[in-house]
Order: sequence, then structure tokens, then C-alpha cells
Amino acid sequence: MARKLPAKDVVIIGLGWTGSILAYELAKTGLNVVAIERGPWRDTATDFPPAYAQDELRYAVRLDLFLRPGQQTLTFRNNASQTAMPIRSFSGFLPGNGVGGAGIHWNGQTWRFLPTDFQLRSHLEQRYGKDALPADMTIQDWPVSYDELEPYYDRFEKLCGTSGKAGNIRGQKQAGGNPFEGWRSSEYPTPPLKQGLGAMLFAEAARKTGHSPFPQPASNLSEAYVNPLGVKLGQCTYCGFCERFGCGNYAKASPQTCVLPALLRFPNFSAQTESEVTKINLDSTGKRATGVTYVDTSGEEWEQPADIVLMCAFSFFNVQLMLLSGIGKPYDPQTGQGVVGRNYAYQTTSSVSVILKDKILNPFIATGAHGMIIDDYNGDNFDHTGLGFVGGGYMGFGQTGARPIQTRPVPNGTPKWGAEWKKATAETYQRACSLATHASSYSYKDCYLDLDPTYKDRFGRPLLRMTFDFHDNELKMSAFLTDRLADIAKAMDPVEIVASPRKGPYDSTIYQTTHNTGGTVMGTDPVTSVLNRYCQSWDVHNVFVPGGASVFPQNHGYNPTDTVGALAYWTADAIRERYLKSPGPLV
Amino acid sequence: MHRIISSKSSRRVLLTSATAFVLVGTTLARARTLSGGLPWDVGTATPPVVVRPGPWMFFSADEAAVIEAAVDRLIPPDSRGPGGKDAGCAVFIDRQLAGPYGRAEGLYTRPPFMPGAATQGYQLSDSPAARYRTGLRALADYVKSNFAGKSFSGLAPGDQDTVLKGLESGSIVLKDIKSGEFFALLLANTQEGFFADPIYGGNRDMASWKLIGFPGARYDYRDWVERHNEAYPLPPVSIMGRSDWTVRE
Repeated sequence: MARKLPAKDVVIIGLGWTGSILAYELAKTGLNVVAIERGPWRDTATDFPPAYAQDELRYAVRLDLFLRPGQQTLTFRNNASQTAMPIRSFSGFLPGNGVGGAGIHWNGQTWRFLPTDFQLRSHLEQRYGKDALPADMTIQDWPVSYDELEPYYDRFEKLCGTSGKAGNIRGQKQAGGNPFEGWRSSEYPTPPLKQGLGAMLFAEAARKTGHSPFPQPASNLSEAYVNPLGVKLGQCTYCGFCERFGCGNYAKASPQTCVLPALLRFPNFSAQTESEVTKINLDSTGKRATGVTYVDTSGEEWEQPADIVLMCAFSFFNVQLMLLSGIGKPYDPQTGQGVVGRNYAYQTTSSVSVILKDKILNPFIATGAHGMIIDDYNGDNFDHTGLGFVGGGYMGFGQTGARPIQTRPVPNGTPKWGAEWKKATAETYQRACSLATHASSYSYKDCYLDLDPTYKDRFGRPLLRMTFDFHDNELKMSAFLTDRLADIAKAMDPVEIVASPRKGPYDSTIYQTTHNTGGTVMGTDPVTSVLNRYCQSWDVHNVFVPGGASVFPQNHGYNPTDTVGALAYWTADAIRERYLKSPGPLV
Repeated sequence: MHRIISSKSSRRVLLTSATAFVLVGTTLARARTLSGGLPWDVGTATPPVVVRPGPWMFFSADEAAVIEAAVDRLIPPDSRGPGGKDAGCAVFIDRQLAGPYGRAEGLYTRPPFMPGAATQGYQLSDSPAARYRTGLRALADYVKSNFAGKSFSGLAPGDQDTVLKGLESGSIVLKDIKSGEFFALLLANTQEGFFADPIYGGNRDMASWKLIGFPGARYDYRDWVERHNEAYPLPPVSIMGRSDWTVRE
């Protein structure tokens, strides 16, 4: 029997990016806020100081900062005819865990979605006709527009201190920035990072072939910066240990470097770590949440009553908790009815490996998000007439550090071991680089999340089950984008290029991204969405999912974090300015 | 002023580098409540555990001889530098298998265990340590019966390569383990040991980093980002420093 704790105004499930932003914004108003986090407390000085942050084996290979599958995992199958198997060790995507969540070990790529991405279905149908979209494609318009979200993107980027060059300030094109991006109310908070040789060679080749390269927007900061919360970030040292690592230098934006020092000063905020929420409790009507139940490390069960429940876990676990708590109608792929678990999507990535002659690239000098990129083939930035697919992505040089356990390019056809392998490894490391495409993953009727019938977690609760595979639309898109990228690579005067477009089936053992989206989609219609435009549950009005990637109706050709952060601020404003004045459905 | 309710010391003391913070079924870690400021205490960092020289911790002497011979074929010594054996790859694998990695700590190990598609990942119940035990036993049996009673380490290098290629392709069938999977595990761990920081027992004297030109845990390249096409001038450094930083006796 759970022991009941004193009631709080707000209980937050998960203290990553969205949890820490919401906690700060609501604690600021004087509300009593508690955040419950299944993982441990983490801070720079203790968990990844410069003295040992650069440990590839520990952090990138043994995955020291990530969620342990023994604590929580999910099952996976490519299609409904297979039996889903548990993901026993994470490799294809890497959910975060602990205070800071995935915000600790992200790369810092900080992209906005395109204005047309927010009206995806209506835009594509208008431009190409209703028949242009596959019948089983379930993409839909977002319930917010780019114009509405712009001030919130701006706020999140200023929280992070993002480094970059604007391409469009209030409709005025800016030289050197992304000419395709939506308008910005202001320039990036800090200037672009410096670029190495590989990025400059790519940019030169891209210009020569008629494209518009620009520096990738990065939350690994080009210079020291004090954010609006009064927290100071350091300058990036290009050490090459971002992705999968915590930043020892306070130079990568994270809840640790941007929010927590200010948040923990509020006497009306507390965090409960190493405690996992097992259920959101509902009252007898099922229309109002009364709080949550969680279990601490000693196995003790606690009930935390609260007036508002914010679901701020990683996308999968928001979906799982909603299904386990009986909030919203579970999605049925047979009928297409129901919403929770619907429109799971991912990201479609591919690469072109390039070996140059007589070049010294120093590929270990890197940050998670520097590099030169083109956006000519993202979203609907190019005419899709006659191409046989919709969608697109950015592409370019964005190598995140050639850490040698995982990055050892060799010429195509080299044996995997032995004398020839050793010679090729030694001779190729300094003159090889990898170019990448990072493209959309639209949603489909048969790609979804539900509860697994067989496998259970450590509390005996069903694991979440993912049913996902790439569809022809995405594979055709990847072939097209990878061809375009290979054309640019050829203009880099290479000795060898190898283009690897994405091929099916989706393989959960090969790392692609941790951009797992959908399942608690936001929308304008409760028949096709779990949340309204304020990320509020249609069914239980005091439950919000404030902007985690589970709210995306489909995934676009960009990394999700900037949109996640913008939606967190958007939801915080809606709760503060509307919900607190009149608790009830906001739509 | 900050306060931490409930135990704070147990986690920091008991948590070691690669150990899961929550070991399923144990309660080493303690839930805590944080409030009033950032918690930080002197001496609470979680540095990696440095591998010490000494006797084998996981392998028997016979097993170790096979592994040392194998890693020296996977990464042969040549004029560019030492091979897998002298670089310490066998020591690395031994210490890894004796630790949390070998025990599959933190992984999802609940039944039922069923065969899955390749896209669904490894689905057997055996830990990496168990896979080595089984694989090395089966390999010893195979070599003994096909090479006149010899052991793998007693074979000529050419024969060792033939056996390794047979494992890699799956043309050699081992008892109780898929030879291709066992080979892939051995190769992955060997290369991990060769390229990881020397604190884990492999990459002795940063041999692999010198081989490819990786400077290791250098931390700050601000002055070198825009020096295009110029080789970085400083030698590699490990998390525990460099031998020439230490006064020699």
C-alpha cells in the first residue's frame, strides 16, 4: 500500500529538458513543484568532469549515462506478423536517464522545423494534390503554426545560448545563414563555431554545385554566455566528446548548465531522484488526475497527490505511462481508431563516406554540432513533382569527433582485421570524413506503440511495444538525398566515396538517431490526437505532456530538441496564463 | 544551504565506473530528495577504475594463451607498432569479462528467450563472460581434433588466420555457440581494447593512438580548429597522463 505524501501543486514526471523548464516556469509563480526522476542526480563535477569525461569506452560504448534496459526497455518488431522481442541492450537508439535526461548527452544540434512542416498535410495536398500521398500515410497538420511558436523557439535558443548565423531575420534574408529557414525575431545568441578543414571543403563543393551552405546551429557555445536565468556557460574547446558524453566544460547546453542552478534555488521546488513513477492516478470520474504513484530504490511505494501532472519523460515512456494509467483511448492499427500510441515516427538518415588524398583533416577536433550544412533538400524546400516521394532532410559535414573505437574509416573492401586492416586504418584516419543526410520520417497506419503482451518490466508492468519499419516513401527519399550528397562529395576531389542510402528493414541494432517521436500526438481533433494545442490531455484536463517528442504528429528533417524546448515554453505559458486562472479544458 | 534527505553517501561510495546506478534486484542506490540548492560534496566524483597489472582475473592460463594468440592475429605486430598482445588487448578483455560488462549487468535479462529476427538484436540468455567460456571451450575442441591435438596458440600464424577466417564466415561450426557471433564479439572487444584509453588495460603506451594520430584526452583544441591541413603537433595523452610526465626512478 502506497504511503501518501503531502499534496503539491504540480508533480513533474522526469527531470530532463521539458521537466526542468516547466519546473522553473511554474516554481517562479510560487507554486509548490516536485519533480520525480527515475534516474540519479547528475552534475558536471561529479559525473563527467574534464579529468575523465573523455572516456570513449565508458560513455560511448558501455553507455554509462544512458538508461539501463534492466531498469526499463521496450520490445520491437518490424511488423505485426512478427513477435516483438525485448531490446535487451540499447544500440539502435539510446534513451537518456537521470536528472538532465537526454539533454546531458545530446550533440547540441539546435534546429527549428520549417513553417510548412507545421501545415504538412494541407500544404502537400494543396501543392501536389490529395493523391500524391500514400493512403496509409497518417501525417497531419500541427495544431500550432510556426508564427505562434517562433517566440518560444527564440526563448529556448536564448536559454541555451545557441551558436549560429541567422538566414532570415523578420523576413530579411541574411548572407551566410540558412536561406530556407523560417523567420527569426533575432540573430542567434552567440556567433557560429569555428570550422575545420573537412567542413570547409564540403562547403566549397556545395557552393560549386549550386547549393547554399551555412554553419549548423549548435548549442555547444562558440563563446561564454550568460542566459536569461543568470546561468553562465563556458566556451566550447572542440574536444570532440559531445555525443553520448556529458560536457566537462559547461559549454554544451543542458538542464545542468542552463536551468538547474537557478531552479534548485526555489524553496518551493524539490526533486526526488531514483524514484520511478508507476502510474498516474485518476479520480472516480476518470477525467481528473489526483497525482502519481512512484517506487523508490528500497521498493517503497509512495503516492504524491498534486493538482497538475506533467509528463516529461522520454517519448516512449510518456506513451507507456499513459497506456498503463488508462488516459486516452489506445490506438488500434486494424481500425485506425484510438490515439495513444498512434503515429510513432523516427528519422531517416544515411551517409556518404569520403576519403581524400593528401589531406590532414584532424577529425578529432570537433563538437557535437559544428559543421557546414545545406538545407536545399529539406521538407518542401524543393519541388517534389515527379519524384515519387514527399519529405526531405538536411545534409552536410557534421562529424562529431573521430573517437577511435567507433570511428575508424578504411577504404571499401578492406578486410575487417589483420595486417591489411591495420595498415589501412593507420593510413586513412586523417583523410577520411563522413557526410550525412538527416531526413524526415512520416507517420503511417502500421507504425505504432502499444503494450507488449508478454514481456514485463521490473515492476511487472507490460513493456511498451514498438512496431515500425521504413516505408517506400522514406526509402525513395533517402536514395534521392544520398545521390544529391554523393554529387557534392564528388566535387570534393575524393579518392573514394561510398554512398549508403537508408535501406529497409529498420534494424534496431544499428545506431541511427534517438529521435523517437509520436504516440501522444498533439492536434486539433481528439479523434486523431491525444493532446490539444496546449499539450493538454483531451481526456484528463490536469495532465499535460509539455513538448516531449511524443507530441510530434510526424517527424521532420531536423533534430527535435529545439522544437521540444519551444513547446515546453509554449505549454508553460498556457498553464501559467490560462490554466491556473481557470482549471479545465483549454480548448 | 542545501539539504539532502535520506542517504547520500551510499551511491557515491558504492558506484564504480561501469556499474549500473540501479542494479536490478539490488538497492545500492538510494532515492534522494534534492532541495534548496545544487548538491555537491567534496570527494564524491565517480572516476573510472584503473586496471592494475597482475594475474588473469577471468581467463584460465589456457584460455589466456588462446586469446593472446588470437588478438595478435587480429591486430598483428608490424613496423608501425605493437600487435594486440603487446598492446594489452587480452588483459583488457580479461578485466572486462571479470567486471560488469562480462556479467551483462544492467541489461534486460528477463525470460522468455526466443529466437528473433536479426533486426531485433541478441536474444540469448548468456552473458558475454559465458559466451567466451563456451566459445573458447568449443574452439579448443575444434582445433584439437582438426590440428593433430594442438591448441590454437600452438598453430602457425597462417593456420591461426585460417581458423579465425573460418569462425568469421561461419564455415567452422562450434558446439553450443554460433561461430560468427563469437568471432564478432572477440573482434569487437579486441578493437575496443586496442583503441580505448589505456586505463582499461589495452592500448598500452597509447600504441593505437600513435598509430592513427589520435591525441587522446587532449580536451582543448581551440587554437588548432582553424589551422587547416596541419598535423596536430602534440603526442597523445591518456586520462591518467603520459609516462614521460612521471619522474623515472
